[in-house]
Amino acid sequence: MCLAIPAKIVEKTAGDNAIVSLEGVKKEISLALVADADVGDYVLVHVGYALNTISPEEAEKTLELMAKMSLTEAAQ
Amino acid sequence: MKYVDEFRDKKIAKKLAAEIAAEAQPDRQYNLMEFCGGHTHAIFRYGVQDLMPDNVNFVHGPGCPVCVLPIPRIDNAIELAEQGAIVCTYGDMMRVPASKRNSLIKAKADGSDIRMVYSTQDALKIARENPDKEVVFFAIGFETTTPPTAVAIKQAAAEGLDNFTVFCNHVLTPAAIQHILQSPEVRELGQVRIDGFYGPSHVSSIIGSAPYDYFAEEFQKPVVIAGFEPLDVMQSTIMLIRQINEGRFEVENEYTRVVTPEGNEKAQDLVSEVFELRRMFEWRGLGDVPYSALKIKGEFARFDAEKRFALSESKGRDVKGCECPAILRGVKIPTDCKLFGTVCTPDNPMGSCMVSSEGSCAAYWSYGRFRLDRAKEVAE
Amino acid sequence: MSRMEKRFPTRINMRSGKVDMTHGSGGRAMAQLIEELFVKHFDNELLAQGNDQAMFDASAGRMVMSVDGHVVSPLFFPGGDIGSLSVHGTINDVAMSGARPLYLSAGFILEEGYPLADLERIVISMAKAAKDAGVPVVTGDTKVVERGKGDGVFITTTGIGVVPDGLDISGTNARAGDTILISGHIGDHGVAIMSSRENLAFETEIVSDSAALHGLVADMVAAVPDIHTLRDPTRGGLAATLNEIAYQAQVGMRLFEDEIPLRGEVDAACELLGLDPLYVANEGKLVAICPADKAEKLLAVMRAHPLGADSAIIGQVVEDDMGFVTMETGFGGTRIVDWLAGEQLPRIC
Repeated sequence: MCLAIPAKIVEKTAGDNAIVSLEGVKKEISLALVADADVGDYVLVHVGYALNTISPEEAEKTLELMAKMSLTEAAQ
Repeated sequence: MKYVDEFRDKKIAKKLAAEIAAEAQPDRQYNLMEFCGGHTHAIFRYGVQDLMPDNVNFVHGPGCPVCVLPIPRIDNAIELAEQGAIVCTYGDMMRVPASKRNSLIKAKADGSDIRMVYSTQDALKIARENPDKEVVFFAIGFETTTPPTAVAIKQAAAEGLDNFTVFCNHVLTPAAIQHILQSPEVRELGQVRIDGFYGPSHVSSIIGSAPYDYFAEEFQKPVVIAGFEPLDVMQSTIMLIRQINEGRFEVENEYTRVVTPEGNEKAQDLVSEVFELRRMFEWRGLGDVPYSALKIKGEFARFDAEKRFALSESKGRDVKGCECPAILRGVKIPTDCKLFGTVCTPDNPMGSCMVSSEGSCAAYWSYGRFRLDRAKEVAE
Repeated sequence: MSRMEKRFPTRINMRSGKVDMTHGSGGRAMAQLIEELFVKHFDNELLAQGNDQAMFDASAGRMVMSVDGHVVSPLFFPGGDIGSLSVHGTINDVAMSGARPLYLSAGFILEEGYPLADLERIVISMAKAAKDAGVPVVTGDTKVVERGKGDGVFITTTGIGVVPDGLDISGTNARAGDTILISGHIGDHGVAIMSSRENLAFETEIVSDSAALHGLVADMVAAVPDIHTLRDPTRGGLAATLNEIAYQAQVGMRLFEDEIPLRGEVDAACELLGLDPLYVANEGKLVAICPADKAEKLLAVMRAHPLGADSAIIGQVVEDDMGFVTMETGFGGTRIVDWLAGEQLPRIC
């Protein structure tokens, strides 16, 4: 529900904070809500906080599934 | 943008649309409720309904916490500002109409110190910079937005930021879904047929997929937790249609790249440290809903605006003729409301559904109005 | 010259001085500020005459006049400042009629306490913008308001120009079947401004696109004299401008989202803040509406100019007495592009 956007952690800063980058736009946010997130990870950003990390494997799987849908349909 | 653009791909959309058309049985209707403002927005902004067959209908539910906040609470927030506090709030709340056509943005124009913030961290900063003033954070939102408030309260406690309080209006998603499903219109009268649900994307990233098992079983309706990019919505539609066709009612997760069964336990722990359930809370359009909202726990009482300030009991009600309550429940659509497009427009909103960027009426107006006018023309 | 004969015995301390009430009172202090700041930098004969008005010969043909008040905040932003913005903005308003801009006037309302060093930066920037554009500031005014009654500096600029024969450019002229073009990327200015606003702090390389478009316009009208409409999409963005024109001309419009030039970074900044780039301000772009058979030629001419290098055809004007502006989304569906309601506030939800 709420507006959340995937962005990449590019730098960790003081306390729980980090700088994330979205296509070169950088913003400082808080990592207080995610257990372990590292530079290079993608996180979901919402109201100045990272809510969760994004799993690259699952993202890949979902996209494959969507692409496969079309093949299933064609086979019917 | 990574993890964004791939899920907006036009070519895959066409293929998924064909899949949906193939699997939707022509002799039945599929009424699918989306409960998440992000889904309403995605559907309208990308025109997803144009890719659906006629028998697949999106029913818009009370998916935005701005829309469901009752007028008396907004009146209270304005009151706090008029009493001299600096009231900080997310942008969404600024134009929501309260009693006597007042709003936070109008109160600001009248001289109250009301500031829009992007994050609870900004509100803490304002409190630090203004030690002689009371700073109140007007907290709204479902489970996605609650953990950031918890972080702020804990931080305020650690810093001894005594001029900072939170006016808490956080609400809970499962309680709202339950209330809709149990409402007479749905359960007995069959006025609103809901065949399945799109589970909210980011609420679920916090609470996990487990809490929805109860609904699927108790009400025998399928739930698919859907990401909020348009391809996620389409993929989830296929999954829902399949469940309905096969007579299943399970909880499935389409948004696996973010949502896990247990959710974000760190965030959940923070929230249960700071908040507890209210026995009852009024929702705009749904009336009193038990165990559906949060209040600040006793240990953090000194950061609770409701304990620090005396707030009056406002009797504010919706403008006469405003159909927000029915629209929020999915019982009516914006065009059923006599005020829609006549007196009530985005420039002059009468109710929350029009002012919130994810409200049904705002979405219809901004993205879909031309279809309705066209349909009316054809009908005349 | 003896000390008694010098008009102003000591120069104004631009480096550390501040605007005070005497600078607006009409007395010696004001005269000195005008001479040592405005006249010095704007540097043209008409202004140097020192009259309350500028006198020049009238041009034959149709004349246009336009006015703009500038209240931008912050006063300095990536890619510009209130000074250059005011010059570009008014030149553009004049140019959108097809006119060649001739002269500008500038009225300043200054807040007591505003640093003269910053004021000088603004004036130097304005002077450069005017000089580069070849449109001098020939007359002006200065007023000072008490501390707290102004936002540092407000500038109002008026511009006049003359329209070449054979042109009939107006919002009312858009016709069904016409092609809609834009001269480049949308949303740069608004994002640049927002990135400098404190409470939305985000870092970006995006700079304002603020620019004077009269050179581009001159090339365009020379090549395609029967352009129907020109307008620069400033506040309210592309969406506001197209809705205005649709309303004026009583037509509809159909846009293609994939064709609208948008930088990845501006797109990302808007996503981050929950804004729609169609509603974000531009200060160096124009929308052109022309007969369909001239569109390719016009596009080529626009692309040949440095300020139009990223021009694109973005849609068509259609019959629609309800005046809807619709858009085929990149996703394949259709949505309406409506007027902006209220002010765009970043969303969370």
